[in-house]
Amino acid sequence: MGKTIIPIGPYHPLQEEPEFFTLTVEGETVVDIDVRIGYNHRGIEKLSEMKTFENSTFVVERICGICSTSHPYAYTRAVEDIFPMEVSMRSKYVRTIIAEGERVHSHLLWLGLAGHFLGYNTVYMWAWKLREEILDVMEILSGNRNNYAMFKPGGVRRDIKTEDIPICLKKIDSIVPTLVMLKKAVLDDPVLHARLKGVGVLSYQDAIDFSALGPTSRASGVARDVRKDSPYGAYQELEWDMIVTKNGDVFDKAVIRILEMFESIKILKYCLNNLPDGEIDAKIKDIPPGEGIGHIEAPRGETFHYVKSDGTNRPMRHKVRAPTFMNFPTYKASVKGQTISDATIILAAIDPCYCCTERVAVKDVKGRMLFNGQDLIRLSREKTGKMKQRMGGR
Amino acid sequence: MIRREEVLLDFTSRFHADILDLEDKSNTRVYVNITPESIVKIGTYLFRNVGARFNIATASDLPPNIEILYHFLIEDINLLISLRVFLDREKPEIESLAKDIEAFNWIEREMSELLGITFIGHPDPRRLLLADNWPEGICPLRQDYEEWDQTADRTRGV
Repeated sequence: MGKTIIPIGPYHPLQEEPEFFTLTVEGETVVDIDVRIGYNHRGIEKLSEMKTFENSTFVVERICGICSTSHPYAYTRAVEDIFPMEVSMRSKYVRTIIAEGERVHSHLLWLGLAGHFLGYNTVYMWAWKLREEILDVMEILSGNRNNYAMFKPGGVRRDIKTEDIPICLKKIDSIVPTLVMLKKAVLDDPVLHARLKGVGVLSYQDAIDFSALGPTSRASGVARDVRKDSPYGAYQELEWDMIVTKNGDVFDKAVIRILEMFESIKILKYCLNNLPDGEIDAKIKDIPPGEGIGHIEAPRGETFHYVKSDGTNRPMRHKVRAPTFMNFPTYKASVKGQTISDATIILAAIDPCYCCTERVAVKDVKGRMLFNGQDLIRLSREKTGKMKQRMGGR
Repeated sequence: MIRREEVLLDFTSRFHADILDLEDKSNTRVYVNITPESIVKIGTYLFRNVGARFNIATASDLPPNIEILYHFLIEDINLLISLRVFLDREKPEIESLAKDIEAFNWIEREMSELLGITFIGHPDPRRLLLADNWPEGICPLRQDYEEWDQTADRTRGV
């Protein structure tokens, strides 16, 4: 059978995040994949060189709308590493609380969208309803549902008020029973097992070779988590488990994210209950010449920032590496050999910023539209529907 | 259980001819200045034999040189080793590590277009981020790139 090249994206009137995939298929099977990115390159690294050290914190906060705290966290740690200095215990706890709250809402967002792609809209509704509770907690703590603006080099910008803590704990507790229900619903569903197990496998060796990060690597059995490997913030003093599974398929990536939310809730509750007293800001006056590296575990993996200072008030070089930069190329390994109807969920499983998979379009070599993004989601849902029927009409 | 000192001692004795300078900055950070010719040998050794994870590489334009830092994290001992190489700014060239290790593929493409570094033997030397109609030979992260805010005053403070 001859090979067909299928370009996917990037141009579509509804597109927010353009990416261009070229799938080479033989019949239904994907034999090769290539990705072209850069349609949204905003030049943040260059922009940061023109901002002062404090202003850059706000710039990098806007790199990602979902994991908005991971970039300021890595950036402030990079600036502090120039000295190097440690921030106060209280600000470490506040930072940890914000970072873990963000992880819970980010994983819930992923779970909801994954459900949506597969035709499980109930999962989508439940997950996003729970996410609202966490966003409420973040609003109480920081004043913002997202883009919290809590970080600054040397500490945090705002303190957590003692009177806010009980209501936050109550809200966090309130989502746990539903989360347990959701976990059972997803992990015990035979259709989801059949639909996701063995799909889009990333092998252990591939995870190493691509230097995959976060849930993408942990699902393949690579025990890799910056919170454990290079402890920062309050993580050293906490008891929590790193979730690692072995199969590397889409199912395992979902398992990792669901179980990690329980760990994050454990961390959140401990930190809120045991918030130490003290200053929240070291009040840095001057940055010495030198270079610093800051890396933290974002919901999608390690976020890495490198800052070089020449002793003035602005960074001389600021390098940003988001986790998707390392996770993205892994589809070269995980999509090959799979069917077109599985491509959507495999691309979504590494948790890139989702927009790409929602808005893809499949065309044939002459440019005729074969499938658009809606059709790909429909294909994915039809496959789930057929499986449901075959397995007893659930 | 491997220890930080053992790893560093083994590393320095193995590559003493290629190491120009070693800065032991803190418990978790070591910067090693090496000769550009030895990058494939040392990088591959760290990645394959020591089992370090490749974080990323960061390149900066520091006239008269272009500097590349390759960051490797040895996770067992929480040590971030940054290999530093200096290239000639007029003709920056270095051997590609992406030939053997996939993790280097994208970042080498990025450095190549943003700073104009040639990676010899790169398997896929296309553009990664810049548009297809971006003029050839203009590197946005070089110091002489003009289209940026010249009013930003560089004084003291934060």
